[in-house]
Amino acid sequence: MRLSKSIATALLALAAAAAAARAPDPNLARDLAATCTTCHGTNGVSQGGTANLAGMNRDAMIRTMQDFKSGTRPATIMHQLAKGYTDEQIALIAGWFATQKAAR
Amino acid sequence: MTRRGKAASTPMQRRVFLKLATGCGAAATVALQGCATAGGRSSASSGKVVVIGGGYGGATAAKYIRMWSDGGIDVMLVEPNPAFVSCPMSNLVVGGSRDLAFLTVGYDNLPQRHGVKMIHDTATAVDVDKRTVRLASGGLLDYDRLILSPGIDFMWDQVAGLDNADAQATILHAWKAGPQTTALRRQLEAMPDGGVYALSIPVAPFRCPPGPYERACQVAWYFKRAKPKSKVLILDGNGDVTSKAALFRTAWAGEYKGIVEYRANHVLADVDAATRTAKFDVQDDVRADVLNVVPPQRAGAIARSAGVVTANDRWCDVDFRTFESVKVKNVHVLGDAIQVAPGMPKSGHMANQHAKVCAAAVVALLSGQPPNPAPVLANTCYSMVTDKDSIHVCSIHQWDTDKKTVLPVPGSGGLSSAMSELEGTYAFAWARNIWADTLA
Repeated sequence: MRLSKSIATALLALAAAAAAARAPDPNLARDLAATCTTCHGTNGVSQGGTANLAGMNRDAMIRTMQDFKSGTRPATIMHQLAKGYTDEQIALIAGWFATQKAAR
Repeated sequence: MTRRGKAASTPMQRRVFLKLATGCGAAATVALQGCATAGGRSSASSGKVVVIGGGYGGATAAKYIRMWSDGGIDVMLVEPNPAFVSCPMSNLVVGGSRDLAFLTVGYDNLPQRHGVKMIHDTATAVDVDKRTVRLASGGLLDYDRLILSPGIDFMWDQVAGLDNADAQATILHAWKAGPQTTALRRQLEAMPDGGVYALSIPVAPFRCPPGPYERACQVAWYFKRAKPKSKVLILDGNGDVTSKAALFRTAWAGEYKGIVEYRANHVLADVDAATRTAKFDVQDDVRADVLNVVPPQRAGAIARSAGVVTANDRWCDVDFRTFESVKVKNVHVLGDAIQVAPGMPKSGHMANQHAKVCAAAVVALLSGQPPNPAPVLANTCYSMVTDKDSIHVCSIHQWDTDKKTVLPVPGSGGLSSAMSELEGTYAFAWARNIWADTLA
């Protein structure tokens, strides 16, 4: 079955409105990202020895975290930490770091 | 970095002085430097926050409240020590592969980059009704919200024979990094080869669950190279190794075979400091050449003054969405001093994470917004087994709406599969990054 374009658009708008209603805290992504920055540096600017997350491409970060989660990407510790976050949380975290100024 | 020259002022004068300084009009004063980012920015958040304790919890909270309020909230950080000395990694100083300078980080960036007002003084009392903090120098600070990150005090009354300064000068704890760390190192250096180093561990909970076992490894690392006939004797008040047990036991049976001996169920009752003898409830006495006692612990004394010690007369219960005391309004507690949630360790990393949840909540509350209803916290803890090899334990803790606490996520977190040099490099990277995230 194919939805007409206008119905699809309406459904997307509804979904967006529902998501907005469920996310009353504008700082949720910032607060989630702050769980990473103890090791990866304030705002994702690493002091060395861990990945720089500031300015990282959002999709690349989501893919990396999902690969840690599934175990396809080997790690000493990130495969264990990635499993603690929902897919929605990973997307929020990746979106937040993507907007941060990259390290010089 | 002290508040010399103001000693003659009365408490009332001091309070007025501090109120003036809060408005950044007194930029020339030594103690209240800062305000670098305070001026000129508009922000929905405003108010006054006093943070007591400049460790992993307090320093992080001070920095993040300034950052996340865009400089709108005034933050005063009360800390007696002139510089931060890290407990994590301090066992490397005991083992001799690093020195105290490696663990030491200045407080300068907090005022210079973030406008935190550093007050190098000791908080002696809190009046939660008047919302004021009394300082040892006589000063008085007022607050809208108070954040206590007082760390631990030792319960000397629990160990007969250690309740006096003379005994405490001989039988060291080295469980707060600083002079005790180097003093314990000197005792080990002075010990003849063939001697016994004995480490007494209290019944859990205590600061840094894997810390004692890491210390045993670091002392064994030193003995193996410099004093190969010597022994490390672990006298654990608990029934088993309380953290990373299999990994530590592997090291003691392999890398440190013949050096480390582990004895469970040794609850320390009494110490004869003169003969360095440890006495137990049930087990035989142990006489050591170097006796190192980690005493039982409770929240730092200022928590008692604020009336927030609610669990077993030792720890502070908090609401994990805000870290506000469950008992006293407008008073938040962070770090080792809290009554932990299930599966939550008393670690420096955890204190840094407590501080961020608390900072977000305080900024929200002071701007009339609801705090994040579903906080998440992470913990990562490396233990150095040699000077280069490390092992970790990690966990993610999410808010549980039904149980109204934060709980480890099932299936997440875990331990190293084995010690490795790669994880050793990550441990040092961890240290660099958390020190900067907390203090820079």
